Amino acid sequence: MRRAWHISLPLLVALLVALSWAGFAPIRVSSHEELFEIPRGTYARRAAGNPVEILPSRLRLTLGLNDVLLLRNRDDVPQVFGPTIMMPGQEFRLPFEQAASYQFACTAHASGQMTIVVEPEPVMPWSRIHWRARQWWEKRSR
Amino acid sequence: MIRRFALLLLLVGAAFANTGEALKAGVLSPSLAAPELALHGSDGKPLNLARFRGKVVLLAFGFSNCSEVCPITLATLAGARRKLASAAAGVQVVYVTVDPERDDAAQMRKFLGSFDATFVGGVGTRAEIDAAQKSYGISSKKNINADGSYTIGHSSSIYMIDRAGRLRAVMPYGHSVDDFVHDLTILLRG
Repeated sequence: MRRAWHISLPLLVALLVALSWAGFAPIRVSSHEELFEIPRGTYARRAAGNPVEILPSRLRLTLGLNDVLLLRNRDDVPQVFGPTIMMPGQEFRLPFEQAASYQFACTAHASGQMTIVVEPEPVMPWSRIHWRARQWWEKRSR
Repeated sequence: MIRRFALLLLLVGAAFANTGEALKAGVLSPSLAAPELALHGSDGKPLNLARFRGKVVLLAFGFSNCSEVCPITLATLAGARRKLASAAAGVQVVYVTVDPERDDAAQMRKFLGSFDATFVGGVGTRAEIDAAQKSYGISSKKNINADGSYTIGHSSSIYMIDRAGRLRAVMPYGHSVDDFVHDLTILLRG
């Protein structure tokens, strides 16, 4: 019993320190931009009948952190990407200032639709822990 | 000496003006010439963007029977022009129909005039409207009601074209009057 306590106490302390850091340390990001690219040949591949899914049909952004969507058309043809048409080589930088769910038409998607969910900035400890955990999980599953 | 100093100040000011405030709208880069329109205006004149060179053009697509998106968009654009006061003379709203079967020049003039008498509508044949929609990536879909009437779901972004005729930015639907005033002020500065 005493031995188990000796092992679990440091683990508990480490967990509390990690949670405190995750909840109270300010989140720093290197860029507010979330970049998505349409690679060259996307249209041709799709026209040839190959399913091409470049983007998730649902994107999640967070105010104050990654709240600028940067779309880049590297394909040889114009693409309707989000709320605009983009010529080959063009970029579209769309900032968000309100947390909401945005629906856009998008020819880069097989469904023709794209949803961008903009979440509020995580300011409370629990929301910071949640944000960090999700980022870690998404990075790991990529 | 004073002239040189004034010139220096002007150059520094211009540099800050170009690199300064960010637009609220989504910005396209590089900004390219806006696709030209070949339509008929609700004012009885041919409708092309070259007509409005020297002005900032806000271009959007919709239809006069629209009861949801279009009235809100047009009221917002009219509100922005009112708030800009005398500077609004440098702003032209162009609203192109996606419903050429029902919207002719007179219908668009009446509809747009209820928001702002300076707004110009774009009408044309189905083929002409399709070409305009395609060049701006505008989608529209007719939804038939049980009684045979129909509405049209359509793209609702507002295209912002600068004084030189370049497509600079795209404002998604739902932005406020103040957001438009903010961006128009920047675009009007050049």
